Amino acid sequence: MRLARAGATLVRYPLRSALAIAGVAVAAALLLDMVMLSSGMRDSFRTMLLVRGFQLRIAPKGTLPFDSEATIGDATAIVTTLRQNRDIVAISPVLGAQVHLLGARSGAEVTSFALGVDGAVEGDYELERGVQVGGTDRAVANAAFLAASGARIGDTLDIVTGFDPQLRTYTGRRRLVLAGRARFYYTASRQPVLALPLTTLQAMAGTARRDRVSLFMARVRDGVDPDVVRDWVDRTVPRVSALSVASALKQVDARMGYFRQLAFILGGISLAVGFLLVTTLVTVSVNERIGEIAVMRAIGVSRAHVVQQIVVEGLALTLLGTLVGLAIGIVTARVLNGILGDFPGLPASFRFFVFRARAAWASLGLLVAAGMLAGIYPAWRAASLPIAGTLRREAVA
Amino acid sequence: MRREYDIGEQRVAAVRGVDLVVTDGEYVAIVGPSGCGKSTMLNLLGAIDRPTGGSIEIRGQDVGAMRDDAATAFRLRQIGFVFQRFYLMPTLTARENIELPMAEAGVASAPRAARARMLLDYVGLAARERHRPSQLSGGEQQRVAIARALANQPSLLLADEPTGELDARTGADVIALFARLHADGTTIVVVTHDEDLAHAAARVVHMRDGRIVDDPGAGAAL
Repeated sequence: MRLARAGATLVRYPLRSALAIAGVAVAAALLLDMVMLSSGMRDSFRTMLLVRGFQLRIAPKGTLPFDSEATIGDATAIVTTLRQNRDIVAISPVLGAQVHLLGARSGAEVTSFALGVDGAVEGDYELERGVQVGGTDRAVANAAFLAASGARIGDTLDIVTGFDPQLRTYTGRRRLVLAGRARFYYTASRQPVLALPLTTLQAMAGTARRDRVSLFMARVRDGVDPDVVRDWVDRTVPRVSALSVASALKQVDARMGYFRQLAFILGGISLAVGFLLVTTLVTVSVNERIGEIAVMRAIGVSRAHVVQQIVVEGLALTLLGTLVGLAIGIVTARVLNGILGDFPGLPASFRFFVFRARAAWASLGLLVAAGMLAGIYPAWRAASLPIAGTLRREAVA
Repeated sequence: MRREYDIGEQRVAAVRGVDLVVTDGEYVAIVGPSGCGKSTMLNLLGAIDRPTGGSIEIRGQDVGAMRDDAATAFRLRQIGFVFQRFYLMPTLTARENIELPMAEAGVASAPRAARARMLLDYVGLAARERHRPSQLSGGEQQRVAIARALANQPSLLLADEPTGELDARTGADVIALFARLHADGTTIVVVTHDEDLAHAAARVVHMRDGRIVDDPGAGAAL
């Protein structure tokens, strides 16, 4: 019956209850988004790195993958060396370069980022349609490339690279068959990208890129600590720097620490706002019903039961607000991910806000607990007022 | 019993040493001018206030010395309160208001609903079971409040100006209801300015300045 009474009281003041729920919902949505933001970038980065199971990135000494135009020479020899370690089960060499499409169907001049890959072990994209990169001339492109060029799967593309502005010539030119469409993990969503056979791109780039790669991705056998293999690579091939997912995440943590602090502070503020909001509303509601509460006490309702009923009212407001806030928070996170996803240079698969059920429930549970606690003091205070004096004052009022 | 209040630096006596004995089944009206201590005495009898001196014994229990939880349980089972302003819970229906003290006393849902219906019938409001206080007239609200006061079959019914907010006709209904309750064996102490209500009581106690100045039943009770 106490639950029914609490519900009836909330229905009795519909506008106030609706405003309270809306206020708690906003606080809950902000709290949820801050929790999603605080761990989202890290989680998204981790997911992105491990999307195809490659736990190690091997880049030129002292660099991070693709943060410069530096390349690793004698790639074939390095692959042979890496294969000596039985804990490395797959190696995916990648060469990055800029290419141009001549005679695009769209008539536009299309400049694209190109990745030279081994189609059998590539880890840079997910093939959406068509056939994998292979042979000497089978290439795949992303939707942005197809949109810019007007090309269709099956078309032959006239691709050039290595433009020399003095001679006005290119170092390499190939006719490639567009065999498929792919979604690339590590490039921006609006950046045209083309993947083609590694040896073809190396040959097109001329002597400067012969047997060179920008990066190796390595997959480690299950149960083996990637950092042990990383140390082995650093010792065995001094010309390169190996980076495990764990060490990459450490760098992310170091660089993005302020984002997490900001998220924690804003999350804490939204929690405090939710707490104060419920405290205020419960206090106002209790003050309006002091007479009712005194009558309940006079007819024998125990102090604990009066407190329970009022706390249940606060809890119901917080619970409903939190549920609404959960929906608002998720929608807001999606919208913000959409907006921030267009940020120049960010990989298309990168997310700022990532929903993690456990963290979300924990934070929203904290808000609900705060809402419950918020009701206890005003409820106890009201239930402890002297009954006769309160009734006399109410009668006079 | 005595009851004094500290108001600022002044100590004000509301009840200045009152001796009152009420026997089972009696119908007592306490009358007197405003501020003479009638309501304070009623509050003391009902264990919603504590005496600053003396003692109050109801059915062998020292009400004035009870701790809060014991006094609450005592009120729940032994006292029925009727207030001038009815004080029904606005969010509950007539039946739910009557069920409230029974629910608090742990009476199961079905028997308490049955008793609430029986009490509504007793006070002549069987058809108003699902109405909320705002849908009832003042007289009807007061009859629901009386039914609520009777919910846990209390040994003492206390009423503070029960006709104070009612017009003459509905006040007469309430007076008739009290008379019927008295005839059915309920012990009633009523505080009132209403002469009709006072005359309906079997014993009228007059108070002035915190003291009983006339109590025709005092000798008999002693």
